[in-house]
Amino acid sequence: MSNILVNAPKTAKRGEVVEIKALIMHPMETGFRPGPNGRIIPRNIIERFTATWNGAEIFAMEMSPAIAANPFVSFFARANESGTVVLRWTGDEGFAVEERVAIAVE
Amino acid sequence: MDRRHFLVGTAAVIVLPLAPASATQEAMAEAIRKVVGTATPTEGRVKLDVPPLVENGNTVPLTVTVESPMTASDYVKAIHVFNEKNPQPNVLSARLGPLNGKAVVGTRIKLGDSQRIVAIAETSDGKFWIAGADVIVTLAACLEEST
Repeated sequence: MSNILVNAPKTAKRGEVVEIKALIMHPMETGFRPGPNGRIIPRNIIERFTATWNGAEIFAMEMSPAIAANPFVSFFARANESGTVVLRWTGDEGFAVEERVAIAVE
Repeated sequence: MDRRHFLVGTAAVIVLPLAPASATQEAMAEAIRKVVGTATPTEGRVKLDVPPLVENGNTVPLTVTVESPMTASDYVKAIHVFNEKNPQPNVLSARLGPLNGKAVVGTRIKLGDSQRIVAIAETSDGKFWIAGADVIVTLAACLEEST
């Protein structure tokens, strides 16, 4: 249903600060625009993005309608131990999607 | 595009600027107050990277970088971004911690008009830091009809 693109290194040195970039396909409909019939298109946005590393939250972001369609988020994380980064997007109309990436720490 | 759709589309473009009340400087100040409380944010430490002139307000790259060692005792807790003239003053609120290593958030935003963007960072000592940037938008977001 949704296309997700995550860019994170597969391996990292212990203690290295790595960048994680995530892009998800989503209309991010603001709820302020009229559609072709002149009526306002109901709001449909991703409200929240979170990232956990082995279960511990490392980053969270509340989004507003001012975030562009197909939201892109980039942030950094210190690679302390090998593990799985779980990225999670939740929002209007019950939107909830997860993506996992494994990062091996040497 | 047939004649009918063209007319409807033109009408939408003409009517829209009057329709939703846009956020104002006061609305932005109010949104900022909600975040900082009674504290006064200090200029500095925050770097707000956003192009000064954008052609398309639908996707404007924005990066907020905060100077911080990001250690367990001294780190950036949160980064907030606000705007003046979109329908709502809030753009994003990110929560960070020492696990980030670097206090940087990048994303892409929509801008409904040329306006000032403000980024505020809250550090672990409870202080607030602020930076602003003016952006000129030639094609605003939200104005065209969806297809």
